Amino acid sequence: MSRGMWIGSVLTALMLGLALVSLVWTPYPYAQLDIPNKLLPPSLAHPMGTDHFGRDILSMIMVGIRTSMGVAIVAVAIGLAFGIPLGLLASQRKGGWVDEMIMRTNDVIFAFPLLAMAILITAVFGPSATNAIIAFGLFNIPVFARVTRGGALSLWEREFIFAARVAGKSRLRISAEHILPNILGILIVQGTIQFALGIQVEAALSFVGLGVQPPTPSLGRMLADAQTLVTIAPHIAIFPGLAIIGIVVGLNLMGDGLRDWLDPRIRVVRT
Amino acid sequence: MGIFDSRSVKLAGALVAGLWWSTAHAQSDITIALQLEPPHLDPTSAAAQAIDSVLYTNVFEGLTRFMGDGSIVPGLAESWEISDDGKTYTFKLREGVSFHDGAPMSAEDVKFSLDRARAEDSANAQKALFDGIAEVTVLDPLTVQVTLANPNGSLLFNLAWGDAVIVSEASIADIKTNPVGTGAYKFAEWVQGDRIELTRNDAYWGDAPALESATFKFISDPTAAFAAVMAEDVDVFDNFPAPENLPQFEADPRFQVLVGSNEGETILSTNNKQPPFDDIRVRQAIAHAIDRQAIIDGAMFGYGTPIGSHFAPHHPAYVDLTGNSAFDPEKSKALLAEAGMADGFETTLHLPPPSYARRGGEIVAAQLAEVGITAEIINVEWAQWLESVFKGKNFGLTIVSHTEPMDIGIYARPDYYFQYDNPEFQTLMETLNTTTDPAERDALLKQAQQIIAEDYVNGFLFQWAKLSVAKAGVQGLWADAPTAAIDLTSISWSE
Repeated sequence: MSRGMWIGSVLTALMLGLALVSLVWTPYPYAQLDIPNKLLPPSLAHPMGTDHFGRDILSMIMVGIRTSMGVAIVAVAIGLAFGIPLGLLASQRKGGWVDEMIMRTNDVIFAFPLLAMAILITAVFGPSATNAIIAFGLFNIPVFARVTRGGALSLWEREFIFAARVAGKSRLRISAEHILPNILGILIVQGTIQFALGIQVEAALSFVGLGVQPPTPSLGRMLADAQTLVTIAPHIAIFPGLAIIGIVVGLNLMGDGLRDWLDPRIRVVRT
Repeated sequence: MGIFDSRSVKLAGALVAGLWWSTAHAQSDITIALQLEPPHLDPTSAAAQAIDSVLYTNVFEGLTRFMGDGSIVPGLAESWEISDDGKTYTFKLREGVSFHDGAPMSAEDVKFSLDRARAEDSANAQKALFDGIAEVTVLDPLTVQVTLANPNGSLLFNLAWGDAVIVSEASIADIKTNPVGTGAYKFAEWVQGDRIELTRNDAYWGDAPALESATFKFISDPTAAFAAVMAEDVDVFDNFPAPENLPQFEADPRFQVLVGSNEGETILSTNNKQPPFDDIRVRQAIAHAIDRQAIIDGAMFGYGTPIGSHFAPHHPAYVDLTGNSAFDPEKSKALLAEAGMADGFETTLHLPPPSYARRGGEIVAAQLAEVGITAEIINVEWAQWLESVFKGKNFGLTIVSHTEPMDIGIYARPDYYFQYDNPEFQTLMETLNTTTDPAERDALLKQAQQIIAEDYVNGFLFQWAKLSVAKAGVQGLWADAPTAAIDLTSISWSE
């Protein structure tokens, strides 16, 4: 494993750990207001200080990471669940009408910028975590469909697939038994990258008030709330910012590392 | 040939002279920032405060007008006589007043303006102001008589509102984009989304104001507002949106911070017709669940006065009723249990964009959660708020600041968005409208505050403080806001 992947994995594990711990324990209840103790700088009692309502920032960040990761994971899962079957279906008969229909629909969705579409969906259907998930999940479908199709197309030309076809296996069965296992690597890598993107999208939507609604903490909204306070209490912007950077950098490094590690051709060159 | 030929020396001399000139003479223009941009420029057909902020007393004037201390003084009417039965007001108009298009302002214009505002199909946002007017008659070009159906003690006050300004019939068609008034400033330009410019009206009937021109800039984002003031891009920020930044301005000798009272009663508006809020015990439970000081400290950084009813504390008739709904979560829980909701209930809390609402709302939701009430926060933009909450009455709770002066009368309107329907209160308001004696009026107003406080109509949170930031050299700004206005005629730069 490369050094980048190590750093990425450690960062991701750390963030995931914080998110998981928040399920059972946070230093303080994250929604507990303590207005007399607002904007306290970091101290032993509050390792990351308190925000403008006197809430403990560490507790909020732990839950915020969980929220962001939750949104991103479900959105990626939606993309995988719909994108992979569509991609496999399209690759089975390259150039056929099924392929054309799936891929051209993909092109249409790709034509809209991700954030603009996410803002549109959350603005029309109301801001909530569910709508943020739907918006980003919808965008993930063509991403995974395209990656799946691309990976599968080259496999359909390979001898072991011919062998399977000669043996009388149906296209569907070949897709499931031979194609899918062989493209799992690129899908995992793409999944990691989409996951990191999902964290950013959630943060961006929450920053403009269209993501997770209060009182559930969200890293993006913590940053937005900190805007006017950053000059008097920088810590309330720095820590949520660091958390977002931590997750995104961690996942991207891990994704890059995984790609190198899972791709046999590159591995051969390295060793 | 030297480097300094005669031409460049002259040029340098001119530059130095120019610099000297600009510092020696007081600045004659001003840039004033507001958070909200007016939707259009007709103060007589919209409720938006921003229209009055820009135009009231600057471009448009009424028969009477507000002063910065809340007093009512003659405006376009020089004087008036009130008949003994209190039903007939005879206004003597000022001589030599003309509209910005050159047409003279006469009694006909007054009649047109008042009739337009009180007409059946009028779009006036405060039609109730003109309710008692039976007839407006022109006696001669400078005398106009207003006949009332019943005596109305607050007529002179009502006519001072931005909604009662005198407009000219000739310009009424495009008043929304090109307002023509009688004020000391003329409308010059509106770059939508950015600024409105006004220039001095040299034909003004009154004393010529100090400033030659004024620019109103619209900066909605609190962060951008802070940056604009810090960078000295604006000279004044009226109603500065981020109270947390004020200590920094206070500490900076370049700026002055004005903290004044305004007419903004910030309330947790409650849909009185929607169960379970139709039960007074539930409303009382909400009132006792709220810790006002925490909201003022958390949302307004300490700027604000707790209120116990819908009335401004700086008014002489004010009674402190905060004790009536003191913070007492135990009592709140007991009341909920009594109302058959020991386990609490779920409702919605619609929050418009200003920070008093968004931040205050988060605190209110947390405080309600303590007694078992789950208030789902729904952040809305103003347009949505007006549509679904104000017009559609589709809400449980909402937080909003009612900035109209002396607006306790809205509780006598059962169709008003919080839908409070109490015949006793409605009769009281009718009596108030026909009472002219100040002492009697104050007594009635006190009684009115009492009734709505004891009916726990809404959660009464705090009187919004008017917070403005200005450069140190700006003089004559209104610290208090008896009505939404930025009176340019009183503003000047210190030498």
